[in-house]
Amino acid sequence: MSSVALQTPREAAAPHRVWDGLRRGALVPVLTLTAIILAVWYLACLPMNRDLPQLARVEGLANRYEAAWSLERPVLPAPHQIITELYASTIGTRLLRETADGLVLNPRNLLTHAWVTISATLAGFVIGVTLGIALAVAIVHVNALRRSLMPWIVASQSIPILAIAPIIIVALGSVGIVGLLPKAVISAYLSFFPVTIGMVKGLTSPDAMLLDLMRTYNASGTQTFVKLRWPAAMPLLFASLKVSISISLVGAIVGELPTGAQAGIGARLLSGSYYGQTVQIWSALVMAAILAALLVALITLAEKLTLKAMGARP
Amino acid sequence: MSAQTAIDIRNLSLTFQTGDGPVYALADANLTIAKGEFVSFIGPSGCGKTTLLRVIADLEQPTSGSISVNGLSPHQARLKRQYGYVFQAPALYPWRTVEANVMLPLEVFGLPKAERRERARKHLDMVRLSGFAKKFPWQLSGGMQQRVSIARALSFEPELLLMDEPFGALDEIVRDQLNEQLVKLWNETRKTVVFVTHSIPEAVFLSSRIVVMSPRPGRIIDVIDCDFGLDRTLDIRESPEFLKVAHRVREGLRAGHSYDE
Repeated sequence: MSSVALQTPREAAAPHRVWDGLRRGALVPVLTLTAIILAVWYLACLPMNRDLPQLARVEGLANRYEAAWSLERPVLPAPHQIITELYASTIGTRLLRETADGLVLNPRNLLTHAWVTISATLAGFVIGVTLGIALAVAIVHVNALRRSLMPWIVASQSIPILAIAPIIIVALGSVGIVGLLPKAVISAYLSFFPVTIGMVKGLTSPDAMLLDLMRTYNASGTQTFVKLRWPAAMPLLFASLKVSISISLVGAIVGELPTGAQAGIGARLLSGSYYGQTVQIWSALVMAAILAALLVALITLAEKLTLKAMGARP
Repeated sequence: MSAQTAIDIRNLSLTFQTGDGPVYALADANLTIAKGEFVSFIGPSGCGKTTLLRVIADLEQPTSGSISVNGLSPHQARLKRQYGYVFQAPALYPWRTVEANVMLPLEVFGLPKAERRERARKHLDMVRLSGFAKKFPWQLSGGMQQRVSIARALSFEPELLLMDEPFGALDEIVRDQLNEQLVKLWNETRKTVVFVTHSIPEAVFLSSRIVVMSPRPGRIIDVIDCDFGLDRTLDIRESPEFLKVAHRVREGLRAGHSYDE
């Protein structure tokens, strides 16, 4: 009986429940926005591609659009062309290939390239986050470092990564370090920064009263760090990890560009632009976006679980 | 100084050096507090009452004079964890449950887990929050949060309890309840309590002695004895004796303020 009494009039009106749920949620706004973007994209395909010779002798608007949406090497491919290419180069291609050395990842499959980039991204992310936290801890605990280190950290990010990436690749290559590690170093170079900034803020976030409380207990510096500063920094850590993981991905892709790497999303972008395969470029870009979204979603999940265990309000 | 002395303050002064010149937070304070006393510091803001409490707690360093806490210097007393401190705000760690907050000092001191649990249970019982051990601070009202912080200060059973306007942010109804509970608690535990407040009825109701302070420079202008029996309830606040003491406190505060005009 009490459950009936607790129902609000809105919940009681069953016929509208589904629609109300949709309206309150994010689904309808997201779908609407996606539909608008797709419509504008399809409409833009003709003006963007109109100078191509294939369209020169096509008459009539409907015919011209039909042709513009199925060009082999368009300036701007249509969304369905990208999706078709994505499907063909992932599910439509064998992921594993038999060679003399046994089964290896097939370089014709886009997922192979995604994996190459992801592994460099994750390696760079781990190095960057570790470095970022270590710097933040040092800055928070050693007052002299705050003034001496911070300008260098900020300056490091004002150098365009496109300029410094080839230097890192060549320098590490000359001492025999090739493959995943140089790319991870470029990732780490980008991704440590938001973590350092976020964690300096987070580790200094407990107010004077909470710090005084630890003093009245005669707590050691380590105890104050473990029991107060570190847990207090968690919300800011996760906020910076989300920024950090997405620029780790950017760093790994940029790291694949300068040397004409054999594999990876960056290599795919490079070969696509070399051969004028715009559909391939776009599908690699979409793959990069999907990867970034997945990585950020993973961090968001970890954030939710951690903060929930730490008693955050639901 | 006898063995029954909890706090002995002699010619204590504290001057803060600020960009606008020196601020005389405390000038030549003298006060002896015996073990088991409930002493309130009352005065307007800026009179140095909180500063004096923080000097006792070794959170501020005096410029001159001497002070002893349980026969030790404040620094030694802090290192030996001789006092529990209750702040103006509950200062609970939001990621810890009520129980874990009460166990925080015990963890810092390195007590075994079973004993931490037992002590947390006992002291949450004492502030009547047994049923809330597993809740997080945000699930409790402001008054309940402050009771948790009192349980936390009591959990390691210090001789001395230092309370800095602990009920200042609470509404009057909750404050009255907590005042009554605090008298009972003091009665049960017989701890020495030093209590900072700017509420006259609170000071008169709770204290065995009231120290009236005045600002610029912060100094002690009157010390009033006050004894309404251990089984007092809020009703005594309407009695003539209560009003007489309250009147004397108010007179003292007014006299202190006349320096400003």
